[in-house]
Amino acid sequence: MIRVENLTKTFGSLKAVDDITFQVDGGEIFAFLGPNGAGKTTTIKMLTTLLRPTGGRILLDGFDPWVKQREARQRFGIVFQDPSLDGEQTAYENMELHGILYHVPRKVRGERIEALLKQFELWERRGDTVKTFSGGMKRRLEIARGFLHTPKILFLDEPTLGLDPQSRNQLWSHVKTLNAAEKTTVFLTTHYMDEADRVAHRIAIMDHGKIVAIGTSAELRERTQTDSLEGAFLALTGTSLRDEAASSTDQMRRFAQMWQRR
Amino acid sequence: MGAIYIMWLRELKRYVRSRAQILVSLGQPALYLVALGYGFGPVFAKAGMGKYLQFIAPGVVGMTVLFTSVFSGMAMLWDRQFGFLRETLVAPVPRIHIMLGRTLGGATVAIIQGVLILVVCLIAGFRPHVWAAVPASFIFVAMIAIVFAALGASIGSVIQDMQGFQFLMNFLVMPIFFLSGALYPLKNLPMVLSWITHGDPLSYGVDGLRGVLVGSWQFGFSLDLAVLAGLAAVLLGVSARLFSRIQL
Repeated sequence: MIRVENLTKTFGSLKAVDDITFQVDGGEIFAFLGPNGAGKTTTIKMLTTLLRPTGGRILLDGFDPWVKQREARQRFGIVFQDPSLDGEQTAYENMELHGILYHVPRKVRGERIEALLKQFELWERRGDTVKTFSGGMKRRLEIARGFLHTPKILFLDEPTLGLDPQSRNQLWSHVKTLNAAEKTTVFLTTHYMDEADRVAHRIAIMDHGKIVAIGTSAELRERTQTDSLEGAFLALTGTSLRDEAASSTDQMRRFAQMWQRR
Repeated sequence: MGAIYIMWLRELKRYVRSRAQILVSLGQPALYLVALGYGFGPVFAKAGMGKYLQFIAPGVVGMTVLFTSVFSGMAMLWDRQFGFLRETLVAPVPRIHIMLGRTLGGATVAIIQGVLILVVCLIAGFRPHVWAAVPASFIFVAMIAIVFAALGASIGSVIQDMQGFQFLMNFLVMPIFFLSGALYPLKNLPMVLSWITHGDPLSYGVDGLRGVLVGSWQFGFSLDLAVLAGLAAVLLGVSARLFSRIQL
C-alpha cells in the first residue's frame, strides 16, 4: 500500500531523512517511532505531498504523490500533529467542507458524517463551533474527518499528544475498529511505546534520519534482548537527549526574514 | 467546482458570523467620511471645488473595499497559524480552486462592505448625480474587490508571521490608499507624486467610482476598467501560482 524507496530530504547541510526504504501492506497498522528530530514528521510530510523529497521514490497505492498528486491525495487521510480544523465553523461544517473537498457524493456524505460523528461521540455537539471544543474533542473530530472519504491510508502524526489516558484509550479503540471494518491502512507516529505496542502490527524505529529497525514488537524485543518495546527502543536509539531540529517551517521563516532584511 | 463553492461559502459564513466586526470595520471609513468630509468641506468649497463630501464619498467607498479585500486575503496568515491551511493544501483538488474560492469569497465580502458604506455615505448627505449611478458603481466596487483580494491572497501565500503583515500594511496598503486620489484630486500634483498616483491601481478604481457616482473623471471609464481588469487577471494568476507553491 505504501512503498518508500531511498527517500531522502536535506535542509541545507542537515540530512533530515537519510535514504530510507520500507513498505507498508494494505490493512496494516504501522507505527513509526523515533526520538525528537529523528525525521518522522518530515517523512510524513513527504508522504502526504506537503514537502518535496530531495531524492527517492514514494508510491501510495501505486501512485507517486509527486506525479499523480490528486489521485494520491484522494487515497489518504491525515491527522496532523497540530490541529487543522476551522475553529470558526461547526463540527458538522468542518466535516461537510472536508467531504466536498474530497468529492464524497452528497448522499453518502450526509450518512457518513452522521455515522462518524456518532461513533466519535460528537453528534450532540455537531452544531457548535469547533473553537468551543476541548483538546480531546478536537482530536476526535479530526480523526473522524480523516476517515470521512474512506481513505485507503490514514496518516496519524502523534494523534494522542496532550490527551489524557481515557481519551487516548478511546481514540485507539476507534482507530482499531475502523481499521478492521474498512481495511484502512494506518500509518502512525507516537511517543507512547505502550500505544505502539498495543495497536501496531509492525513498528519501524527511526533515528538520525535512518530506519534502525523494523518488525513486530516481539521481533524488536527479541533482537535487542529486552523485555519491553520501550527497552528495545532505548537499546536501539540510545539514552541521550535530543534537541529537536528546526522544522521546515521554521527554516523557511528564517529564510524569509533573511530575505526581507536584505 | 465544489471546492470553489465551499471555500467561497466559508468566507461568507465567517463574515456573517462576526457581526461586531462588521460594525467595527465600517467605523473607520465612516470616521473618514464625517471628520474629513465635513472638516475639510469649507476649505474645499473656498478653493472653488464644490462640496468635499461629494468628492470624498467615492474615495471612502474605495478605501473600505481596499482594506476589506486585502485583509481577507491576508487572513490566510491565521489559517496558517491555526492549521486549517494544511487541510486545504492536501485536499485532492487543484489548489487554484481553493485559491479562487477564497479570493472570490473575500471579494464578495468586500463588495458587501462597499455597498454598506455607500449607504452610510447616502445617509451622511452624499448625493449621486443620477440615482442610476448607484447600481452602476457596483461594477467598480467589484473590480476593486477582486484586484485587492487577489493581491492580499498573493501576500498571504508568501508571508508567514505578523511582522511581515505589519510591514506590508505600512509600506504597501496604506500608501495604496493615500496615493490613490481617494482623499484629494490628482490634478496639479508635483510631478513625482503624479507619477506615483498614476501607478497606483486604486487610483483607477476610485476614479471609476467617482466618475460613475458624481460624473467627474480623471482617466475615463474605459481606461479605468481596462487597467483594473488587466490587473485582476494578472494578480489572480500570481496568487494562484504562489499558493500552489506553498510547502510546509
